[in-house]
Amino acid sequence: MTAPANSSVEAAAGPIGLPRGLIPWIVAAGAFIVLWRFGGAYDWAFEYPSAAIIPAGRWIGDFMKWLVNEAHFGLFSFKDLTRFIAALIDLPYRCALSLLATGFLKGQGSGAVQILPPLSWVAVTATIGLIGFHAGGRRLATLVVLCFGFLAAFGQWQSAMATLASILVAVPIGVIGGLLLGIAAYRWHWFERALTPVLDLMQTIPVFAYLVPILFLFGFGPTAAVVATVIYAMPPMTRIATLALRAVPSDTLDLGRMIGCTRRQMTWRVLVPSAKDSLMVGVNQVIMLSLNMVIIASMIGAGGLGFDVLAALRRLDIGAGLEAGLAIVALAIALDRLSQASAARAGTMTPPAVSTSLPARHPYIVAALVMIVLAGVAGLAMPALQTYPPALQLSTGSFWSNVVGWINVNYFDTLEAAKNAVLLNILVPLKRLLLGLPWAGVTALLAFAGYRLGGLRLAMLTGALAFLIAATGQWEKAMITVYLCGISVVLACLIGVPIGIAAAQRDRLWNWVQVIIDTLQTLPSFVYLMPAVMLFRVGDFTAMIAVVAYAISPAIRYTVHGLRKVDPRLIEAGTAMGCTQWQLLTRIKIKLALPEIMLGLNQTIMFALSMLVITALVGTRDLGQEVYIALTKADTGRGLVAGLAVAFIAIIADRLISAGAARTKARLGLE
Amino acid sequence: MNDSQPKLVCRNVWKLFGSGARDFLRAREPASVTGDDLVKAGLVGAVRNVNLEVRDGEIFVIMGLSGSGKSTLVRCLSRLVEPTSGEILFNGENLLAADEARMIEIRRHQMGMVFQQFALLPHLTVLANVAFPLEVQGVKRQKREQLARRMVELVGLSGKEGVFPRELSGGQQQRVGIARSLAVEPELWFLDEPFSALDPLIRREMQDEFIRLQSVLNKTIVFITHDFDEAIRLADRIAIMKDGAVVQIGTPEDIVLAPATDYVAEFTRNVPKAKVIKAQSIMKPVQGAQPKTSVPARATVSEAVALFDGSNECVGVIDEAGNMLGQLLRTDVVDVLMRG
Ligand SMILES: Nc1ncnc2c1ncn2[C@@H]1O[C@H](COP(=O)(O)OP(=O)(O)O)[C@@H](O)[C@H]1O
Ligand SMILES: [Mg+2]
Repeated sequence: MTAPANSSVEAAAGPIGLPRGLIPWIVAAGAFIVLWRFGGAYDWAFEYPSAAIIPAGRWIGDFMKWLVNEAHFGLFSFKDLTRFIAALIDLPYRCALSLLATGFLKGQGSGAVQILPPLSWVAVTATIGLIGFHAGGRRLATLVVLCFGFLAAFGQWQSAMATLASILVAVPIGVIGGLLLGIAAYRWHWFERALTPVLDLMQTIPVFAYLVPILFLFGFGPTAAVVATVIYAMPPMTRIATLALRAVPSDTLDLGRMIGCTRRQMTWRVLVPSAKDSLMVGVNQVIMLSLNMVIIASMIGAGGLGFDVLAALRRLDIGAGLEAGLAIVALAIALDRLSQASAARAGTMTPPAVSTSLPARHPYIVAALVMIVLAGVAGLAMPALQTYPPALQLSTGSFWSNVVGWINVNYFDTLEAAKNAVLLNILVPLKRLLLGLPWAGVTALLAFAGYRLGGLRLAMLTGALAFLIAATGQWEKAMITVYLCGISVVLACLIGVPIGIAAAQRDRLWNWVQVIIDTLQTLPSFVYLMPAVMLFRVGDFTAMIAVVAYAISPAIRYTVHGLRKVDPRLIEAGTAMGCTQWQLLTRIKIKLALPEIMLGLNQTIMFALSMLVITALVGTRDLGQEVYIALTKADTGRGLVAGLAVAFIAIIADRLISAGAARTKARLGLE
Repeated sequence: MNDSQPKLVCRNVWKLFGSGARDFLRAREPASVTGDDLVKAGLVGAVRNVNLEVRDGEIFVIMGLSGSGKSTLVRCLSRLVEPTSGEILFNGENLLAADEARMIEIRRHQMGMVFQQFALLPHLTVLANVAFPLEVQGVKRQKREQLARRMVELVGLSGKEGVFPRELSGGQQQRVGIARSLAVEPELWFLDEPFSALDPLIRREMQDEFIRLQSVLNKTIVFITHDFDEAIRLADRIAIMKDGAVVQIGTPEDIVLAPATDYVAEFTRNVPKAKVIKAQSIMKPVQGAQPKTSVPARATVSEAVALFDGSNECVGVIDEAGNMLGQLLRTDVVDVLMRG
């Protein structure tokens, strides 16, 4: 076998005219097929022997029990710690919720008396508008007022405010926590070394999976939901913070030391302010990811809009679900634009005014306070200003239900036929094929691919992860995940790559496509499920459609980026040689853009996997379902094991493709 | 020239980047280490066996091409970079033996630094940037703003106190950098290629400004540049660096008249000698009649040329007190001009 790094040897032709690099692959594939077709005698290679299954789920479960019941850190127990965290989150959450949604109550339960009403919808909308005006002028103010007006007009106000309250608590915690971790990683190399794999795992493990332990530790309710949201939204902030601090110019660091800053001054007075622009990108990420979590977090008690969507989805009330989903989108758009505009504004600050009167120094704060008080007083006189009058509420819920009804009446047969054709001819056979493969053979093949693409270490990693999936008894479900993910990714690429190729050559088209995929990415993933469910009801096909819709953006984006990055001199050279447009595209551009397109494939797979887990709600039978069931039973061990299996699949795909992309890059001399 | 006690002494200073640098130096006779040895050991010799003295009140310029180790050397002098070996004495105190607290103390009160990329803090106004070193020291707001205002005025930016750095031109930004480094009234002032990021015209203007400032302030200055003309214009003495080592130290005149190596000669070739040679270097004793006009002893020959009109055969040379030291003869001046 040739050394994996020796590409010049591989490029040479072997004795029978095949590129020599292919021969080991053919041999390996041959061995695999022999095992698969004629290895029937080796039962263990097909079905992992149940006696040898590693009871990881039970171990984790036992560990969690021990943690909750017995773990002690000297002064306090683990339970005290979780209670402390819960209290820390609960207090600000209660305040925000009272302020925005419920009002301040005295007493408990139904006997409670409202001593102070919540902020009226007029006050909240006006305040948001004022913030928008402050951060981004009249246009932004109009946009955010429209978004909040939408919430009121479509009867989503109460839920939206509950959601907003949890976002308002989760975002600062996520930002500060991420920043602190980022600073620690920046400062201590060992900390970064320990943190990086954890962050990697966090980004690949499906969210559902860590909902389970959180549910177990914090119980069902908004507190647990905030914890989950923070954990989900914090890793990107941590990464961005570390990168942003690293990007601070070395001259600025020298300045800090030269003027004799202490360590604390260096961090808070020099580093963090200098990195502020990049850090704001992280803040925006935290906000968006928190909103992304809204629906998922409602599975462990978040309430609000997420709960409405979930409940609607469960009873298949498409109209109601869609409206609540759109409300989340409206909230997301408003918060996204606000945070982006504030970040941009932070760059062009106006000097602090010198005048001393309060209204002159803080005109916006004073105006907002005045408005809130006025709206509050006016609300007492005119209830319509306090609570949006139900009589004026619009609803498109029945409209959507009617549309779906109409489509189903008129096109039921067509849709059904299309669905069945795909199911019977592609999905089901593929599923059978994958389920019939011997786990031992697949594991060996993955290890072999790892060896060829990245050497011994990668081989050990891919082999070990694949083996662990089998050894924890997850093989069958993992194969269903692979089958659904695989077919969806292939479809997403078949649609996305040509769109990308077309868009890369036409600026106007690319502008449009960019707007569309940017918007698609702001939508919470659940929103994708709804139209799919509306048209195709539950099942693998529906899941596939939703996954394709979600995962198509990276396929398009990376294709375009890759093609646009191709050195224009090479294209000129090709034109000079007399290549046709088609030859230019196939012989030069796509070839050179291949590494980038492969990274796009990688991202597509990651997106597909994260969406796939969510489609458990529409009745797939894969690992996602396993996690979902574990969640409903609060079975930490079961959930984590299945969740880790998904993460393993993601890691295997990621590492193999990255190694392949790196090799292609090296071969094309792009490094 | 000033003969007082040296402000800063740098003896056998080495800075090698790469792992095992200290052991590498310990294992052999430092003076005999060659570039090949370093390459073999996988080390980068950023500063190699540098010896120099900076005298009180002088402008000491370190000149060298990019990558020759100037920034590393100046950071060794302020101990922003820890030298691999050697000794650095500041007012006779061994800096490398100072602990963290003592270093903070020295940097806060006795050293200032100006950076090539300005290193202004983007979130602070001009005034707050200039006051920042004082703020870090815990100086009260009113006091530090008063001091900062004075510095802003000194560098000619009055009226821009409330502006943010990104609204200023490059030259103005560097003026802020200069004001900030002066705010703590340092005895030793480091400038690491302060004008290299500026356009040539602005650079010239800033050099004039710098000369003006120094005539008011009389600091001890270590000035880094890669521009030989800038070095000649500003320096009392120049150290020329190549590949981490100092190849020659001397006054601009010494260097231009007697380059130590071919490498140095390369730089001096195109420098008009008349702009470097001082009147005192080619003056002859006064014989007979007293010259009618005179120039200061430290003026360059090219500055004296204008005084030789039709009637003048000689121009006097006077010291700061106005005593006649000697005279310049037309033939000698023409001779210098002819040498290019
Ligand atoms: N932190 C570092 N690590 C490794 N090499 C460095 C480091 N800093 C500087 N160098 C190397 O030391 C040499 C001198 O750099 P520098 O002092 O910045 O030169 P100059 O300021 O004269 O341009 C260069 O070859 C540079 O690559
Ligand atoms: Mg430099």
